[in-house]
Amino acid sequence: MAEPILQVKNLKKYFPLKRGFLAGLRGEPERYVHAVDGVSFDIYKQQVFALVGESGCGKSTTGRLIVKLLEPTDGKIYLEGQDVTTITTKEELLAYKRKVQIIFQDPFASLNPRFRIFDVLEEPLLIHGIGETRAEREELIYKALEMVKVTPPEEYVSRFPHQLSGGQRQRVAIARALILDPEFVVADEPVSMLDVSIRAEILELMKELKERMGVTYLYITHDMSTARYFADWMAVMYLGRIVEMGPAKRVIDNPLHPYTRALLAAVPEPKPERRNVIKELPIKGEVPSAVNIPPGCRFHPRCIYAQKGLCDVKQPELKEYEHNHFAECHLVGKF
Amino acid sequence: MTTNALEVKNLKMYYFTSRGPVKAVDDISFTLKRGEVLGLAGESGCGKSSLGFTLLGMPTPPGKIIGGSIKVDGREIVGLPEDVLRKEIRWEKISMIFQGAMNAMNPVYTVGYQMIEPLIYHKGMDQDEALERAQKYLELVGLDPEIVYRYPHELSGGMKQRVIIATALLMEPTVVIADEPTTALDVIVQAQIINLMKRLKKELNLSMIFITHDLSILAEISDKIAIMYAGKIVELGPSEKVYYEPAHPYTQKLLAAIPRLHEDVDRLEFIPGQPPNLLNPPKGCRFNPRCPYAMQICKEQEPELKEVDKDHYAACWLL
Repeated sequence: MAEPILQVKNLKKYFPLKRGFLAGLRGEPERYVHAVDGVSFDIYKQQVFALVGESGCGKSTTGRLIVKLLEPTDGKIYLEGQDVTTITTKEELLAYKRKVQIIFQDPFASLNPRFRIFDVLEEPLLIHGIGETRAEREELIYKALEMVKVTPPEEYVSRFPHQLSGGQRQRVAIARALILDPEFVVADEPVSMLDVSIRAEILELMKELKERMGVTYLYITHDMSTARYFADWMAVMYLGRIVEMGPAKRVIDNPLHPYTRALLAAVPEPKPERRNVIKELPIKGEVPSAVNIPPGCRFHPRCIYAQKGLCDVKQPELKEYEHNHFAECHLVGKF
Repeated sequence: MTTNALEVKNLKMYYFTSRGPVKAVDDISFTLKRGEVLGLAGESGCGKSSLGFTLLGMPTPPGKIIGGSIKVDGREIVGLPEDVLRKEIRWEKISMIFQGAMNAMNPVYTVGYQMIEPLIYHKGMDQDEALERAQKYLELVGLDPEIVYRYPHELSGGMKQRVIIATALLMEPTVVIADEPTTALDVIVQAQIINLMKRLKKELNLSMIFITHDLSILAEISDKIAIMYAGKIVELGPSEKVYYEPAHPYTQKLLAAIPRLHEDVDRLEFIPGQPPNLLNPPKGCRFNPRCPYAMQICKEQEPELKEVDKDHYAACWLL
C-alpha cells in the first residue's frame, strides 16, 4: 500500500478541570479529563477511516486535534509525512488548513445565520486569497454549489441558511469544506442530525466527491451501520483509546474486543420478527468518568469476561491479531 | 369483546397560522389493541409528534382539533372540557413520554418531588403515600428506589430516561405515547431502554404508540407500523408486512435508505426533494412530486387507504 496521507502517533489531549481556590491552597493535585489518551492510526489516500464510539469517548476531540482546532497535550500528527504539531506561524497554519477541512454535525449551528450562502462560501476563499476578483470567486462558488447539487446555484446564493432545508444546509457545509480543494476532510457526524432519506443522500454525495476530488475522509460517527456502508477502515474508541481497529467489514463481522461486541449487539436492525425478544447486551454498568480512568484495561469494570489480577492491573496493548486487524485486550480469542 | 385501548377515527388537527391552516394531522384513523405497540414513523415535519400531542387532547397552539374522534378505553375525549381532560384523561388514561423530557427536569427539585406532583393533585395522595408509589415504579424500571431523593444532575442520561418512563406509568394509564424516547441516548443505553419498554409492554400489558423517524428502532418493538407522510397515514399494517412487503413507494424508499449492519449495500436509495409545505399540500397524492411512479391520476385525485392484504393498508393509486 502507498504511504499514508495522515498519521497520528500516540496523540493525547487532557483538559484540566477547574480546581477551587481552597483546593489549590491545600495543594490538591490538578485533575484532568483524559479525552484522548494515546491514540495512533494511519489513514491512506482516498480511503475513509471511521472513528466509532459513544459520546465522550474522545472521537470528536481527535477530529478537532487533527484540524488543529485544539492543540494536543502530547503526540504527533503527520500530514504527508510532515509534522504538523510543530506549526507555529500563521502562514504555515493557513497552508495546513487549506489542505485539511472539517464538516460539523449540526448544519443548523455551523452556518452563520447572518451570512447569505454566497458569503458562507466566499469566506474561505477570502481567507486563503483564492480568486482575485469577485467574478472569479463567484465562478468558484457556483461550481461548488453545483458539485453538491444545490442547484440552480443562482437561486440559492442570495438565500440565508434558515431558508434552506437541513439536507441543503449540510450540502452547503460540505461545499464550504471542499471549495478549497482539500486533501483531507474530517466529517464529524455529518449525517446524524438528518432524516433517514436525506442521510442516504448526503452519504452518497460524500462518496461521489471522494472519487471525483480524491479526498480522504476521517468519518466520525456513533453509527456502525453507516460506518460499514461508507468507510474502508474502522477504529472503535472507548474512554480516549482505540480498543479495536481494522477493515470496517472485518471489525463488524468478526469483532475481537468485548466492547465492540457489545456495541454491535446494541445496534437496532430493521428486523421486526425479533420484536418480542429481549436483547442480550454483553456489557455491564455505565461509562466511567474520563477523569478517573480505571486502572489496567480501562474497559474492565464493564467487561463481562474481565479476569481478576490481569485485566484490572495490566494495561493491554493494541496488537495485531489478524492481518491488519488490531485489538487492545488481554483475552482476545479466550472468550 | 374487549374494548380497544385506543380508537382514532378521521382525526383532523390543523394549525391556524396567519398564512392559513397547516394540515398537520389530516384524516387519520387507526386502532390500538391492549398490549399492542404501534410504531409511528415518517420524516421530520410529517406530523407524527403533532399527532401524539393531539391524542392527549392538547394540540400545541395555534393547533385545533377540527374533526374526528379519539376514544381511549371506549371513552370519547374530543370535545371534553379542559378541566375534565386534565383531571380524568391525561396521565390517568393516556400519558406521554415527551421528546427530550429527560433534559427538561427541574434541576432544583429532587426526582421524587417532580414525580409525585400528579399523584398529589390528581389522586389526593399524601406525600408519603405518593413517594412510596413513585419508588415502586422506579424499581419497575430497574432503578434504585432511593433515587427519589436525588437531584437530576446526579443521574446519567439513561437513568433520567428511566425516571421519565416511570413517571409516565405512575397513574397506570391504558396508553403511553413515547415520542422519540431514545433519540438523545448512546447506542448501548438506547438498547437497554428498548429492552425495558419491551419488558413493560409484556408485564403491564401496556399499549404504546412509539414515535420515531428511525425505522430500525421501530422494528425492535412495534407490532404494527403506521407510516406518515405530510399529515396522512400512507401505509398501516403488521410490522412484518410493512418491513418485508412494503406496499407504498414511500415506505419502500424509506426502507431502502437504511444502511444495514451485516449486509453490503451497493447504493443507498434516497428520496429526492423534500416533504411538502403543509400550508399548501400538493393536489392529489401528497407524495406525487417525489414519487418515481407518479401517474396522471396521482396528480389529480387523492388515494384512499386500501386493504392490500389482511390488516395491511396503503394509500396509493398503483395498488
